Amino acid sequence: MPPKAPAKTNALGLTREDYKGTKSTLCPGCGHDSISNQIISTTYDMGLDQHKLIKLSGIGCSSKTPAYFLGRAHAFNSVHGRMPSVATGATLANRDLIAIGVSGDGDSGSIGMGQFKHVMRRNVPMVYIIENNGVYGLTKGQFSATSDAGQTLRYYGKNELPAIDLCMEAIMGGATFVARSFSGNSKQVQTLLRAALAHKGTAVVDIISPCVTFNNTPTSNKSYDYGKANEIPLHEIELIPEGWVPDREEIAIEDYPEGEVISVRMHDGSFVRLKQAGRDHDPRSRIGALTLLENAQMEQLFITGLLYYEEPRPTLADTLRLVEAPLAHLPEEKLRPSKETLANLMTEFM
Amino acid sequence: MGVMDKELESKTSYSGKKIVNDFTLTAATRNGTGSQTSNNVLVLSLFKMGIPVNGKNLFPSNIKGLPTWYTIRASKDGYTARPSSSEVAVVFNQDTAAEDIQKLPAGGVAIVPQEWHWTHSREDIYYYEIPVDPMVKEAGIASELRERVANMVYVGAVAHLFSIPMDIIWQALLTNFSGKEKPAKINFDMVQRAYDWSVANMVKQDGFSYEPMPGGNTGKIVITGNEAAGIGTLFGGVQVVGWYPITPSTSLIDAMFDHQALRKDPETGLNTVGIMQAEDEIAAIGTIVGAGWAGARSMTATSGPGISLMAEFTGLAYYAEIPCVIWDVTRIGPSTGMPTRTSQGDLLFIHFLGHGDTRQITLLPGSVAECFEFGWRALDVAEVCQTPVFVMSDLDLGMNNWVSEPFVYPDEPINRGKTLNLETLTQFIEEKGEWWRYKDYDGDGIPYRTVPGTDHPRAAYFTRGTGHNEKAGYSERPEDWMNNLRRIERKINNTRKTLPQPVVKTMPGAKVGILSFGSNDPAILEARDRLAAEGIATDYMRVRALPLSESVMEFIRKYERVYLPENNFDGQLAQIIRLETSESTQHMVSLPLGDGLPMTAAWVVENIKKHEGK
Ligand SMILES: Cc1ncc(C[n+]2csc(CCOP(=O)(O)OP(=O)(O)O)c2C)c(N)n1
Ligand code: SF4
Ligand SMILES: [Mg+2]
Repeated sequence: MPPKAPAKTNALGLTREDYKGTKSTLCPGCGHDSISNQIISTTYDMGLDQHKLIKLSGIGCSSKTPAYFLGRAHAFNSVHGRMPSVATGATLANRDLIAIGVSGDGDSGSIGMGQFKHVMRRNVPMVYIIENNGVYGLTKGQFSATSDAGQTLRYYGKNELPAIDLCMEAIMGGATFVARSFSGNSKQVQTLLRAALAHKGTAVVDIISPCVTFNNTPTSNKSYDYGKANEIPLHEIELIPEGWVPDREEIAIEDYPEGEVISVRMHDGSFVRLKQAGRDHDPRSRIGALTLLENAQMEQLFITGLLYYEEPRPTLADTLRLVEAPLAHLPEEKLRPSKETLANLMTEFM
Repeated sequence: MGVMDKELESKTSYSGKKIVNDFTLTAATRNGTGSQTSNNVLVLSLFKMGIPVNGKNLFPSNIKGLPTWYTIRASKDGYTARPSSSEVAVVFNQDTAAEDIQKLPAGGVAIVPQEWHWTHSREDIYYYEIPVDPMVKEAGIASELRERVANMVYVGAVAHLFSIPMDIIWQALLTNFSGKEKPAKINFDMVQRAYDWSVANMVKQDGFSYEPMPGGNTGKIVITGNEAAGIGTLFGGVQVVGWYPITPSTSLIDAMFDHQALRKDPETGLNTVGIMQAEDEIAAIGTIVGAGWAGARSMTATSGPGISLMAEFTGLAYYAEIPCVIWDVTRIGPSTGMPTRTSQGDLLFIHFLGHGDTRQITLLPGSVAECFEFGWRALDVAEVCQTPVFVMSDLDLGMNNWVSEPFVYPDEPINRGKTLNLETLTQFIEEKGEWWRYKDYDGDGIPYRTVPGTDHPRAAYFTRGTGHNEKAGYSERPEDWMNNLRRIERKINNTRKTLPQPVVKTMPGAKVGILSFGSNDPAILEARDRLAAEGIATDYMRVRALPLSESVMEFIRKYERVYLPENNFDGQLAQIIRLETSESTQHMVSLPLGDGLPMTAAWVVENIKKHEGK
């Protein structure tokens, strides 16, 4: 059967164009732009309502990108490394919002490491995208904490410090969904974003995203050439929304032999189906995920896919025992106790 | 004759006089021994007797062991400032005993544990001794409670010596333990034991006593500024609180936890305010900025070091025009050393906090009632002006107990400012054909905002600090930026009229003005009475907000000399005034203090008299 012509509009009757932002001002070929495109495609395909989405970022080339997608969603380009706290406050103010946070390896791995870990410890519901290029793009090519030992950069020479693996940090920090991908692998990026958007809790997606200007020599392990040649996807991954029938005929989920397929039911009723691709990894094992990443680091392997998944635990709004309705929508009578209440309270101090 | 006679003479002259409800008692103990309960019970007892009273804790930065002093001033005339000396000393800390006794004025009183066998080095004061350890042992109190309950011994002695009725002590204990009889009883038994012993063994020689002043405190409350602020904020409808512990602000947040029941949804028992302890002050402010941006009323409470960490975010919020409220309960400068000492040293820092040009709105409460009022009002100001609002209290106001009239219920409904929802945005666009986030439609500098979640295709906008035009579009054009700066200037300048205006108190024929703010109020009020008695009439303006009201310069122009006593070393309010005016302020005399202690009336009087040549 010939492939269907791409749909002109999605479930909301909107075109893909409607999910775009302003024109990108990043360097042509920057990996970050391709991630923006995947965000546009994913949200368009899912038929997400933009007014329910918020886009939050820190500072960096990566953090500029929220201007380039989802033009009908509120956005906040905040301060360097502190996007997680802004997301924390915004989602507390309105727990119905779907938060997409965009950060860089400098933004999250250095200045913002504290907030990066604490946001997942609290399980703030959000998709936390790291556009990881192993370098500070916006300040013109300094090493970041994810630059590998031995890597060389034009002005700064050789990095002699070990790299921090942000996925490992995320798992240690308490994230309940941790994935790694490559901006050159658009299909995987989209599927992971879809799953992350369906997840209830902090979903970290660390996307290796080459900086064509400062860190794209073939020897750099954050370059396009390196990624294309060395990426090892863990699984063939598919997201199956509840009641959704895949329109791409070639994917016959039922054909996967039992035992090789892991189905993970997401909060919204959809499933993530993972077919093992060579490596035996069950993302539901925390220790398994950490071991995998440790080995990957030792053997210099570029492993991508869903690394870790945990049944959703209470989100921050639950832990704080907040009312179900968004706080920002509460009327005055729910916010200001009565005059009698004050009068009674005063007698306690008499 | 000689020295000896002189001392004896003063002792007699003092003891000849009865001094009722007009003296100060200082309890010197060691930190962490539970003396706070004893002191609180004494304050509450005097309060219940109707006597105007103020208690101040002068405590070290330490959990246990270092010396701490608690002063309880009874003043029939209603003065509440820290007095410059104490007539009565409860000397319960051997490490400071010599000094504590030395400081007493002639005719003063020292209450000392008998088992110390302290030498009576002074002949011009009265010593009373009481067997503390034996009495505690005899009472058979569980060893872990002994140290705490031992401090109740001085309550019993004080009750006898200065005539506090025991039933009042019982009432005070009940109030202190929020009505719980069991802990109240354990403590009361010890007070009773000490009282009985004192009645049987102490011969009253001094002239000090407390007497009930019926109706004196009827209807009044005793509360700390931090509790008042926390409760006021809850009545202001705060929805998101992010905070990180730091003395002296922690008890403000604790008060919000204590009273969180005020903000439970009656149907579900769930909270309508989320109070989140952050990992640091950067996260605390980031959280409330995010919450303010998303349409919730948000606040944090901190002190100087926390303010430092909040500089970047509050500067951003100033330019991105995001409401949030920051309480700074100030203390002396950088950690470590004097973090438990009061100060007004953050005024300049707060007002100009942020990189680039910023003039942050700052409210300056001067009483517990204003802490309550500014608690709710600051949230309104923040949303109306779409900007961070700072409230600067201090350790003295925040952590000490003050007598007050009961708080007045907010006289205005919650004001969410120019926040458009689906309906009002639709209407706005119908009328004007557009809506741009940073455009000044009303000429008051305040734009209209939307919040995320508004189901309108044109509701969204992109928030960033600098580099935006009226449409919230990215722009680095100088004219766009200047346009934005001028509008924000207009917005901030307009608040000179709308923020809480200065409070002015006058006297006939005053040629001298006093200008100050915050917790210096009691010292200045008392000083004015004393100065008037010496022939110096003064008018007094207490500033309650920055940017300054236009009436401040009018006030300054009116007098031959204007004094600015403030509790920081640099005279920061005076500096702000001088920055804002090109008029001569040569007749303005800055009186900066900043020694870590609440200001005394004596200090104000002395300084003004010196300058006035009297
Ligand atoms: C507090 C603060 N310090 C420093 C900077 C300067 N700065 C801007 S972006 C950046 C690094 C960004 O690196 P990364 O997060 O990796 O983003 P990229 O540009 O590589 O996408 C730095 C150091 C800043 N904006 N704020
Ligand atoms: S400098 Fe690097 S990260 Fe920044 S836009 Fe250019 S390619 Fe992208
Ligand atoms: Mg980077």
